[in-house]
Amino acid sequence: MTVSVSWYLILGAILFTIGVVGLLVRRNVLIMLMCIELMLNASNLTFVSFARQHQDVGGQADVFFVLVVAAAEVVVGLAIIVSIFRKRLGATADDLSSMKG
Amino acid sequence: MGNIVPSHGAASALPYLTFIILLPIIFGLIVGVLPKDKGGIAKVIGGIGMAATAVLAVAIMFIFATGKSGYQMVTDHTWISQLGISWHFGVDGLSLFLVVLVALLAPIALYGAQEKYRTTSFVAWVLILEGACIGSFLALDVFVFFIFFELTLIPTYFMVAGWGGKERGKAALKFFLYTLLGSAFLLAGMLILAGLHQSQTGTLTFDLTELAKTHLTYSTEVLLFLCFSAAFVVKTPIFPFHTWSPLAYKESPIAGAVMLAGVMAKLGTYGLVRFDLTLFPRASYRLAPLFLTLGVIGIIYGAVVAAWQKDFKRLVAFSSLSHLGFVVLGIFAFTAQGLTGGILQMFNHGIVTAAMFLLIGMITRRTGSWQISSLGGIQRVAPVLAGITMVVVLAGLGLPGLNGFVGEFLILTGTFLLHRWWAVAAAGGVILSAVYLLWAYQRAFHGTPDEGIVSRMKEINIKESLILAPLIALIVFIGVFPAPMLDRITPTANSIVAHVDSANHVAPPSTGAKSTLSSSNGGGK
Amino acid sequence: MEHAVIFIPIIPLFSALFLICFGKKLGEPLAGWIATIAVGASFVASLITWIGVLGSHGIDRTFIQHLFNWLPVGSFQVQMAFQADPLSVTMALFVSGVSALIHLYSIEYMHGDKDFPKFFIYLNLFVASMLILVLGANLLITFLGWEGVGVCSYFLISFWFERPKAATAGKKAMIVNRIADVGFLMAMFLAFQSIGSLNYSNLISSAPHISHTTLSAIVVLAFVGAMGKSAQFPLFGWLADAMEGPTPVSALIHAATMVTAGVFLMVRLSPLLALAPGAAHFITIIGIITAFVAAAAGTSQNDIKKVLAYSTVSQLGYMFIGVGSGAYVAAIFLMVTHAFYKALLFLSAGSVIHGMNDEQDLKAMGALRALMPMTALAFFVGWMAIAGVPPFAGFFSKGDVLLGAYQQNIFIWLAGVITAGLTSYYMGREFCLAFLGKRRWEEKPKVKKSARSSHAVKEVHPHDPGFKMLGPILLLACLAVIGGLLNLPFASSLKVLEHWLAPSLGVAPAPLHAASSAVQWVLAVVDAIVALGGGYIAFAIWSKKSKHPELEPVFLQNAWYIDATGDTVIAKSGTKLAEISADVIEPVVIDGAVVGIVNIAKFVGVGLHRIASGFVRREALIIAGGTVTLLLAVGIRGGW
Repeated sequence: MTVSVSWYLILGAILFTIGVVGLLVRRNVLIMLMCIELMLNASNLTFVSFARQHQDVGGQADVFFVLVVAAAEVVVGLAIIVSIFRKRLGATADDLSSMKG
Repeated sequence: MGNIVPSHGAASALPYLTFIILLPIIFGLIVGVLPKDKGGIAKVIGGIGMAATAVLAVAIMFIFATGKSGYQMVTDHTWISQLGISWHFGVDGLSLFLVVLVALLAPIALYGAQEKYRTTSFVAWVLILEGACIGSFLALDVFVFFIFFELTLIPTYFMVAGWGGKERGKAALKFFLYTLLGSAFLLAGMLILAGLHQSQTGTLTFDLTELAKTHLTYSTEVLLFLCFSAAFVVKTPIFPFHTWSPLAYKESPIAGAVMLAGVMAKLGTYGLVRFDLTLFPRASYRLAPLFLTLGVIGIIYGAVVAAWQKDFKRLVAFSSLSHLGFVVLGIFAFTAQGLTGGILQMFNHGIVTAAMFLLIGMITRRTGSWQISSLGGIQRVAPVLAGITMVVVLAGLGLPGLNGFVGEFLILTGTFLLHRWWAVAAAGGVILSAVYLLWAYQRAFHGTPDEGIVSRMKEINIKESLILAPLIALIVFIGVFPAPMLDRITPTANSIVAHVDSANHVAPPSTGAKSTLSSSNGGGK
Repeated sequence: MEHAVIFIPIIPLFSALFLICFGKKLGEPLAGWIATIAVGASFVASLITWIGVLGSHGIDRTFIQHLFNWLPVGSFQVQMAFQADPLSVTMALFVSGVSALIHLYSIEYMHGDKDFPKFFIYLNLFVASMLILVLGANLLITFLGWEGVGVCSYFLISFWFERPKAATAGKKAMIVNRIADVGFLMAMFLAFQSIGSLNYSNLISSAPHISHTTLSAIVVLAFVGAMGKSAQFPLFGWLADAMEGPTPVSALIHAATMVTAGVFLMVRLSPLLALAPGAAHFITIIGIITAFVAAAAGTSQNDIKKVLAYSTVSQLGYMFIGVGSGAYVAAIFLMVTHAFYKALLFLSAGSVIHGMNDEQDLKAMGALRALMPMTALAFFVGWMAIAGVPPFAGFFSKGDVLLGAYQQNIFIWLAGVITAGLTSYYMGREFCLAFLGKRRWEEKPKVKKSARSSHAVKEVHPHDPGFKMLGPILLLACLAVIGGLLNLPFASSLKVLEHWLAPSLGVAPAPLHAASSAVQWVLAVVDAIVALGGGYIAFAIWSKKSKHPELEPVFLQNAWYIDATGDTVIAKSGTKLAEISADVIEPVVIDGAVVGIVNIAKFVGVGLHRIASGFVRREALIIAGGTVTLLLAVGIRGGW
């Protein structure tokens, strides 16, 4: 049995859903950040799958962009989270609403 | 047809216009990066930049060939080819004296204002504003014009918000949002016009001379005309879009007020002539009665409201509304006299308003108030200051022999030829300007000074007189001998009027014996 | 020699500029002397120009000196140019001559004033403007001078600006003049539209070719301008208020020169006026109304200067009667002689005021004849001259005007004669109250605040002034006696002024009923009897008693309430309009509309802003939900 492209796509979809659900359900900011990483990587997987299917390197090239962005995001995001934890111990995402419009 | 849209004007050996635009901006950036505590150095460097700009402006004025209507000293380079934007600048009779005005008023505003804190950034903003204004007046590419037009907002916003009065935040925001809203329409109109031009010719360009050749249906032309005008009527301001101005003038520092009223108001009236009349001659012609009416209402209404102001700066704001109404009248009269007068009056208004704001600044610095009611009897304590104020007031009310009269008279003459009753109504402004100016003068300068005035009011000092001297000299010079200016403005005005007339297939207004010989009831109707 | 014309206005102008720079350093009395000499030099220049003009004949008597292009815009060309012709030279001669005398007088009168140099700056500027006005070669140059004299009049009326009344009177004069000036402006616009030029020469040569309606409109509009400057009904109130200014100013500006500018303008336009009989009738009617109304008001004034002010208004009305009835020479003749005797009267009044320590109330004077004999004599001569008693100057000049009126319409003549009687009466009343009767100033020693701080309040010792004041008075008195020689009616060869002015004037249509020589004699006798009669009545009534309330009705003291009504209606409604516009229309209606739009945007924003709660997970849910919804929508539309 060959592993067709659709398997990868299904795996990507499952990973993405886990990420979305995790983001919505969990309150710990660190976990939420990890969920976002999960979603990003799920979309990376989808990119690569399609790139393979269409024989187009464009999709793989996009993955590099996403990786770079994700790395940057982790750096900035973690820094923010660390400074938040320093300021108020054990804060959860629901306690943070300083971005209220 | 006049050659208002020559494919290529007279190119010049040296790119004077690029120099005069970039010079103040570069100096502004240099001053901007200076350390905060180097205010003195900033003023010196800024002064050098402004002096160089002024020298260039004077050079341009002398190089400018009299008697030609087209653009001169043209610089034209492709800039962003994908978008069809080009670095296209040129000067003609319309923009020449406005450039001179900016180069003259910027240093006067800077040195007349004497802001004591955060000098470096203040100098930088004034310089950038100067460059942006000059750029707007010279740009022949609509997109480049738009960039400079918007660029003027930023320094102004920071000058009002950073150095203004009590309600400076509100004033800056109102001014910013109001003008930005107008500009949004300008941007939309500009893009639509460029799109239409591209669909007709296949090339995307924002070049004014090219866009003027676009074929427009009448209704499209009216729509685009209104879009373009939206930005200009707010900027000028024209009644009833003026409500930002009293607040902005009142709250801004003196330098800001000088630049706002003296220079930036002209961006609006300049835009009306340069873009509306050139690009949309039919719509301009058909909608002229609307603008004439708004101009006349502005003249009368501004004067009436000015009479009741208790605050000098607000008074000048409303008197500006009144005076700019005359400019609008001249522009939409579509006669050579009216348009020439209108263009000259833009310059005159800049000089007179700047002088008024500087004088208000001097009085405020001494007495700590610009409320008219808290003043009185200044003429006894400071006769020279009072005398200079009187000259400016008389120029404001259009006394023959001073500059205000020349513009006003030409505008009214030109308007009378084609739109008699508007001129008659506008002449009421001649009376009302005397009422509000002399009344305000009487309240502040006549009467017996109280002790506060006697102790705090000082006579004008040397530095202040040096700052005012060029303005007063110009007020008198233009009043007595305006011919050199008129000779440079008239050809351009003629060609613009001819352009509008030919687009509307009307004959120029007839004056003189030939008209009355043919029609026995030529007058007195 | 005609080239000297340029120096006539330039000398006082430069003198004014010089005094602006150095007047304060020179101080008193040097600044005054420089100003006086400058005006004297201007008079000499006028004489030289006059000789030059005399040297040429007929049409060549018009010499135009072009300086530069003032307003060149396309077909609209206005030159800075001065014109020397019989009319303008006549005007220049008497303006600079009378001005020089009044300058001299002012040196003594303004002695000790804080702003002594400034006074002479204004005075010089005024003379320069007035000379520009009369010498201008086109309507716009005349307008330049016209506004110049208006503004100098504003400066000089409000010269003692610390007094609110003076400041207000100056402002009022300026504004009333501006109202009328709109008429002048319109006349210029119409002239340019129909003729294509503002030059007098072109106007006059094209006048026969343009339509009658246009011509009448131009003339009437120009006359509206003249009504303001020459204080004609109903715009005469400002002139009475203008008496707040120093007395030499009243003499120079508000009697001898500036107020006659309107008459000059109409005479200058007489070739046009001659072709527009309807407009001429209008002018005559305004003139006779003004003459009568003002003379009646003059009979009840108690301020020594206000009597003279209303008298001036009335005399200007006479001049316009002359203009309207086609007697242009008579109008100019009356203008020149009026300048002599009215300046004389004002300067004498100034001498009285000076001697009485700024007392102006006639009822507080009396019996000054013995203390100020020269002044009294001068005032008497002025009275006789203005009343038209032969052989004083007024007899001839007023007689010419009345003759012109008679030839047009006998009722206008009648009204003019009645007014002449009133003139003689009110001047007689003033003379009696001031110089005859009992000393009344000792009855009520009141503490009066002096306008000029240097004049401390002290006991009153009336006296004749020094030579600088008395000299001009006596010289003017001589002129008021012999002024009639300019244009004696007895023989054609004696009508010097008429022959001299002829090339500059229009030719009015021949009178309907020309008066024969015999009729003219009868008219002259009637004039003389009326003048003497009015004077005698005044003497009989006022020389003994100073109070006759029944002869001074309140409505005449208030000048028929015409000015008060105008003030109330215009000023009050105007103020109200300004108040409503500034306090209601501007913030509520216009800015209200703007603020309303902003508020709508704000309202929508407040509603939407609830979504941005700031809770990360809720916002994430909204994003996710939105994405799903979008995907579903795309899917469904894609037929999935």
